[in-house]
Amino acid sequence: MGRRVAFESSCAIAEAAKMANIDVCAAYPITPQTHIVERIAQLIADGELDANYMPVESEHSALSGCLGSSAAGARTFIATAGQGLELMHEVVYVASGMRLPIVMAVCNRALSVPLSIWGDHSDAMAVRDTGWIQIFAENAQQAFDLTLCAFRIAEDPAVLLPTMLHIDGFHLSHVIEPVLLPEQEEVNEFLPRYHHPFVLDPKSPVTMGDFATPALYTEAKVGQDVALRNSLKVILQVFQEFGERFGRDYSPVETYKTEGAEVLLLTMGSFSEVAMEAIDRVRGAGEKVGLVRLRLWRPFPFEQFRQVVNQARLLIVLDRALSFGGPGPVCSEVQAALYHLRQRPQVVGFIGGLGGRDISVEGFQDMVHRGINKAKQGKLGEIEVFDVREQ
Amino acid sequence: METLSIYAPRLVTKRQSFTPGHRACSGCGEALAVKLVMKALGKDVIVVMATGCMEVISTQLPYTAWEVPWIHTLFENAATVATGIESARKALIRKGTPLSKAKIVAIGGDGATFDIGLGAISGAFERGHDFLYICTDNEAYMNTGIQRSSATPFGASTTTQPAGKVSFGQGTWKKNMPAIAVAHDIPYVATACPSYPFDLMNKIKKAVAIEGPTYIHILAVCPTGWRIPADVTIRLGRLAVETGVFPLYEVENGKYTLNYEPPQLRPVIDYLKPQGRFRHLTPELIDKIQQRVSQEYARLKEKVTQ
Repeated sequence: MGRRVAFESSCAIAEAAKMANIDVCAAYPITPQTHIVERIAQLIADGELDANYMPVESEHSALSGCLGSSAAGARTFIATAGQGLELMHEVVYVASGMRLPIVMAVCNRALSVPLSIWGDHSDAMAVRDTGWIQIFAENAQQAFDLTLCAFRIAEDPAVLLPTMLHIDGFHLSHVIEPVLLPEQEEVNEFLPRYHHPFVLDPKSPVTMGDFATPALYTEAKVGQDVALRNSLKVILQVFQEFGERFGRDYSPVETYKTEGAEVLLLTMGSFSEVAMEAIDRVRGAGEKVGLVRLRLWRPFPFEQFRQVVNQARLLIVLDRALSFGGPGPVCSEVQAALYHLRQRPQVVGFIGGLGGRDISVEGFQDMVHRGINKAKQGKLGEIEVFDVREQ
Repeated sequence: METLSIYAPRLVTKRQSFTPGHRACSGCGEALAVKLVMKALGKDVIVVMATGCMEVISTQLPYTAWEVPWIHTLFENAATVATGIESARKALIRKGTPLSKAKIVAIGGDGATFDIGLGAISGAFERGHDFLYICTDNEAYMNTGIQRSSATPFGASTTTQPAGKVSFGQGTWKKNMPAIAVAHDIPYVATACPSYPFDLMNKIKKAVAIEGPTYIHILAVCPTGWRIPADVTIRLGRLAVETGVFPLYEVENGKYTLNYEPPQLRPVIDYLKPQGRFRHLTPELIDKIQQRVSQEYARLKEKVTQ
């Protein structure tokens, strides 16, 4: 059995990268991500991890270095946040298009301007359509566990897609919590050395990153989309195996007290743990409420999501990102997922927790009540930004 | 420079890992340069290429002109991708993965090198990775239609800095990219031109034999962009060297050597006159260019004697 240690979530991810025996890490400093790569650099400096650290001159180069590293067959890790993820934006598409199983930890951060180093999900939503698998963690233990799962999923021969693990900047990245660490042998069994079927090697030359005319571009991109959709099967298998080996179960859509719930609140990331408290209190007051925590954002787990919510009367969705001029990105996704169902809950969307603004337990209680009232008043399509100062 | 003999060409391998049948324009100096580069490099090489003419003409799905491992990702990051490959291979070999030897070579045009990728190249040189960066410089964004770059020479007409009734085209002097490479204190920097094939191939071999980052700057004559007939590519390259516009030199650990020194430089007008991109130049502007070329050449010779 492993041991129980107190770890900052960032360090838990670094520890998972170490136990995954990564070969290369490329990164550029950006708050609130720095603790992850500082820790990795220290592990390398202390001889505890045998890997090459590429201290590159920009985030664009950080992910570009990872492209080369992964294409050469190395287990490759990168971490970033907010503006960093934006600067590497075009490279993000290339990593998935070239089927390179890079694992990236993103300490979610708001986007400028105004400059904010604090957390929200704007950066995660801006890379929604880039073809990466996107997983959200809620606490330090999950951050550790899901980093290991991310490598296993990404490198599966049936997947070969880059994977992003999202942890909320500061709210999770800088929080110290107890973490159960497995033994190295247990990790080695769960995550053996991987071999990409196509690597840059003079013994068997391949051409990577060709250009395609209109005659072939569509086919190339459809192939990529099919791969991402099919990855859900492997994600479920990996979560199941992880649960069997380590005793902690994960699912693309997780629930809290949803049995018989008429009203469901939907959250992503670390705010879910605060929302659980609020659910307890509202339940205590006699309301039949429950919490849905979306763990897997891409590929969107349509079937699992529908099964969880289709019995409910009302679904209240919290988005931690603005889609200027439209509904919150999670809310519009959820509405699209439900639209064709005969039996479906009504949906009320809130936007909140922007730029590190906290939502307290009382805040979530208030959000649930406001959601219920809005549904009663028929104000379903209205987009409300939660807890916004009027003056 | 090595003495040319009629036997020398016979010593060059016939094997082409950058194979014929690609889609380059006729008379393309860049395709010729890449062909010679690949002959000098042999099989044990991984090529990283920036977006540009060479990428587009050689890898249209489902075809490839490459018989060696080759990767293209984006425009500005060939140097960084190369260093990622180098880092990965070093880590894998250290950790026991049996890998065959491979030189890592990044190739980019002047846009990828002088402009959009300059930061990435600087970072890669500074980090000291063991790789060769080759710039194939045809002095404008030819792939997108002859737009000016910071490698475009003074007075050249391009589609984004055209000569017109009140403009003579490019109004700035070409950025000195080899000097920027030298400023990174890397062990080897050289200039080359496919009009001098043995000099070019020797420099490539020399560069990849050196541990650490190396840089070779190749002048690639572009008939399409320079507005010249396709059959004068070699002659134009020679004129660039013989007029001192593009001197062939190398810098080994900071020490400059001039590889070819004509007894007397030809006037730059000999180089400018055949090119459509310079046809609008007045005698005054040609004088101005002559002065600058003479001055730069004298400065280079000073460095050689130091």
